[in-house]
Amino acid sequence: MTTEFWNGNMAAAQAVKRARVQLIAAYPITPQTHTVEYLSQFVNDGELDARMVKVESEHSALSACAGAAAVGARSFTASCSQGIQLMSEVMYFTSGMRFPVVMAIANRTLSVPVNIWPDHQDTLVNRDSCWLQIYAVSVQEVYDLMLMAYPIAEDPEVNLPLLISYDGFILSHASEPVVTITQEEADQFIQPPGQTDRAILDPENPLQFGEVLFPEWYPDYEYKKHRALADSLTVIDRTFRKFKEQFGREYHVVETEGTGDAEVVIIGIGSMMQTARYAASEMRKRGEKVGVANLRTFRPFPEEELVKAVGHAKTVLVLDRDIGYGTSGMVYQDVTRTFYHQEQRPELLNFIIGLGGKDITPKTIERCLELGKPGFTGQSVFWPDARGPKEGIPYSEGLTA
Amino acid sequence: MSIRDLSDPEYFDEVAEANAEERSMDGLRPTYGTVDPLSGLMDPAESVSSRPEHHRLLKYLRREILPTTFCTGCGGGTVLNTFTNAIDEMRIDPKEMVCVTGIGCSSWIPSPYFLCDTLHTTHGRAIAFACGVKVMKPDMKVIIIAGDGDLAGIGGNHLIHAARRNIDITVFLVNNFIYGMTGGQVSPTTPFGIRTTTTPYANVEHPMRIADLVAAAGGSYVARWTTFHAFQLMESMQYAIRKKGFSFIEVMSQCPVSFGKSAGMKDPVSNLKYLRDNSIHVDGTKGMSEEELEGKFVVGRLVERNQ
Ligand SMILES: Cc1ncc(C[n+]2csc(CCOP(=O)(O)OP(=O)(O)O)c2C)c(N)n1
Ligand code: SF4
Ligand SMILES: [Mg+2]
Repeated sequence: MTTEFWNGNMAAAQAVKRARVQLIAAYPITPQTHTVEYLSQFVNDGELDARMVKVESEHSALSACAGAAAVGARSFTASCSQGIQLMSEVMYFTSGMRFPVVMAIANRTLSVPVNIWPDHQDTLVNRDSCWLQIYAVSVQEVYDLMLMAYPIAEDPEVNLPLLISYDGFILSHASEPVVTITQEEADQFIQPPGQTDRAILDPENPLQFGEVLFPEWYPDYEYKKHRALADSLTVIDRTFRKFKEQFGREYHVVETEGTGDAEVVIIGIGSMMQTARYAASEMRKRGEKVGVANLRTFRPFPEEELVKAVGHAKTVLVLDRDIGYGTSGMVYQDVTRTFYHQEQRPELLNFIIGLGGKDITPKTIERCLELGKPGFTGQSVFWPDARGPKEGIPYSEGLTA
Repeated sequence: MSIRDLSDPEYFDEVAEANAEERSMDGLRPTYGTVDPLSGLMDPAESVSSRPEHHRLLKYLRREILPTTFCTGCGGGTVLNTFTNAIDEMRIDPKEMVCVTGIGCSSWIPSPYFLCDTLHTTHGRAIAFACGVKVMKPDMKVIIIAGDGDLAGIGGNHLIHAARRNIDITVFLVNNFIYGMTGGQVSPTTPFGIRTTTTPYANVEHPMRIADLVAAAGGSYVARWTTFHAFQLMESMQYAIRKKGFSFIEVMSQCPVSFGKSAGMKDPVSNLKYLRDNSIHVDGTKGMSEEELEGKFVVGRLVERNQ
C-alpha cells in the first residue's frame, strides 16, 4: 500500500489495471482521453495483459466491449458527453443482454452550445438505459469505486453494465493523494475474469443473444431487468462492506454528514457534494442545523436509505447539476417521487446549479440555503446561476408561478 | 514565382533557409510597420496599408475572433489561406455559401473564422447535415471542411454514401494523420509505424487512403494535395467548387503539435518536408506497385467523372 499523487483519469486507469481487464475499446474525447492514453501505455509496456482496440467511434467502442463480454471477457471503455450520446443505442443493448461492461465517465455537458466543462447531463439523460450509475466525489473514490465496479457488475444477482462517474476536470484532471492497493490485494478482492458462470457464447452450448421477444413475454423480461437493477443495492452494500473489511475505507449508498438533528438537508451527486459538506459545516458554526446526504448511487436509486437520511428535517434542498428540460432537475424528480408517499413529507426545493462547468463554490451552496429559507412559497425550482429578471433575484418556477 | 518553382524540392529548402535567416534577425526588425529600435514604439506616421488589419482577404474573415487559435505552424492556417484566396479569385460572394463543419481543429477553419453562414455540427456528421442544407438550398455552394478523424473515422459512412449519391457538395478533408484537437491519438489515417499517444511505441495498423476510397465510391471530382502544394491546392479547390456533383479533396496537412510531439516532427518545417518528400504526382505513378507506393501521398486529380 502506497500513496500516489494521481488525477481521476489516472486513478481510473490504475484500477482497470488492477481488475485485470481483458479488452479495452475507446475513442478519445475531452476530458476522458487520458484514461485511454494511460491504458495504452500500460498495455504496450506489458503491465496489463489486455487487448486494446482503437475503434473509430464510441458506438463501436461499446459494441466491441459488449462483443467481448458476450464471449465471457472482462471489458472496459471510457467516455463522456457526446461520446455517451453516440453510444446510447448500444447502452440499451448491453444492459438488455445482461453484459457486465464497466465504463468510466469524466462527466461533461452535452452540446449544443459546445462546451467541454462538467455537469451531469451526459450520464443522467441515460438514466433509463438500465446501467448502474455510481458517482465519485474525490479522486480516491474514483479509484476505490472502479475497484468495486467489476465485483458489483459481475455479481450473478446483478449482471448489468455499470458506469462510474466523476466530474470532468474537477476530478479527471485535478491530482489528489490516492491510497493504492497492490495487485495481490486486488486479486483477493476482485476475482479473476471469466470465473462467473453467466451466460456467454460457447460453441459447446450455442446460445442466442439479442433475440426477438413478442408481447406475450416482453413485460416479464423487462420486469427482470428492472428488478436486477433495483436489487443491485444489496450487492452494492455487500461489496462496500467487504471493501471496508479489506481496505478500511467506508462507503455507503447514501453518505450523510450532520443529518441526525438537521432541519435542512442538502441532497445531490458528484464532486459538488464535497463543497456542500464544507458549506454545511460553516453554517453549523453559525448555529444553523444543516446536514448533507450524498447520493453515491443514482441507479439504483437508494429510496429507503434516503428517507432514513433525511429523518425529521423540515426542508430538503436538492442540488441538480443537470436539467430535465421543461420540468426540474433529474435527481429532484426521483427525490420527490421517493417522499410523496411518506407520512412525514419534507418541503422539497430544487436548485439547478453548475451547468456547463459554472463553478460551484461554498457561496453557491450558501445562496441555495438562503433562497430555501422561506420554504415552499409556490416556487420549487430555482436557477441561482442564470441571470434572473432582476439583479440578485434568480429565475424560479413552481406550481403557482 | 511560378507553380513550377514551388514544386521543385530545392526551392523549398532555399525558402526554409531564408526564413531561418529572417528569424535570426527577429527583434531587430519590426513585424508590422516601423518601430523605433530605441524606444520600441511604432512610428505614428507609418502607412496603415502594411498593417495586418488591412489585408486584402480580411473581409472574408470574422475579425472579432482573430487571431486564430491554431498552434504556430499548423496547416489549418494554410488551408484557411488557400481557401480564402480561392474564394476571392473566383469572386464568389460569401452570401452564396454555407460552410458545414464537424468537431476538431480542422473544423475551425471555416467555423468560426470564415465569414459566411456556418453550421458547426457534431463530430463526424457534417456531410449528413450538409445534405439537408443542399437539398433545401440547391443554389447555395455547400462546402464542408473537417478533419480526418471526423470525416473518415467517426463519420466515414456519410462520406462514402454522399460520394455514391453524387450530391452536389464540396468536401475538403484536412488529413493531419491524427485526432488533433483531443491531443494526438491514433486515427484511421495515422501512418504505419508512427508513434501517437495511444500507440506509444508504434502504430501497427495501416492507414486508410481516403481519397482512393471516395474515388471508388463515386463522386465527380476527387483529388489529393498537401499544404506544401499551396498553389496547386488552391486551383484544385476552385475546380472542386465549380464542379457539379460530389467533389472531394484530401488535403494532407501538418499538425506539428499533437501529431508532431509523439511522431518526432515538432517543428512545422520538418512536417512540411515530410509532406513534400513523400508526395508523388499521380501522373508519375504508372506501373508502380503497391509496395512502391506504400507511405506515399499520390497527389493530383485522381478521378473526374461527368455524370
Ligand atoms: C461523438 C464525439 N466523440 C468524440 C469527440 C471528441 N473529439 C473532439 S475533436 C476530436 C478529434 C478530431 O480529430 P479530426 O477530426 O482529425 O480533427 P483535427 O482536430 O485533427 O483537425 C474528437 C475525438 C466528440 N466531440 N464527439
Ligand atoms: S493541435 Fe495540431 S491541428 Fe490542432 S491547431 Fe494545433 S497544430 Fe493545428
Ligand atoms: Mg485530424
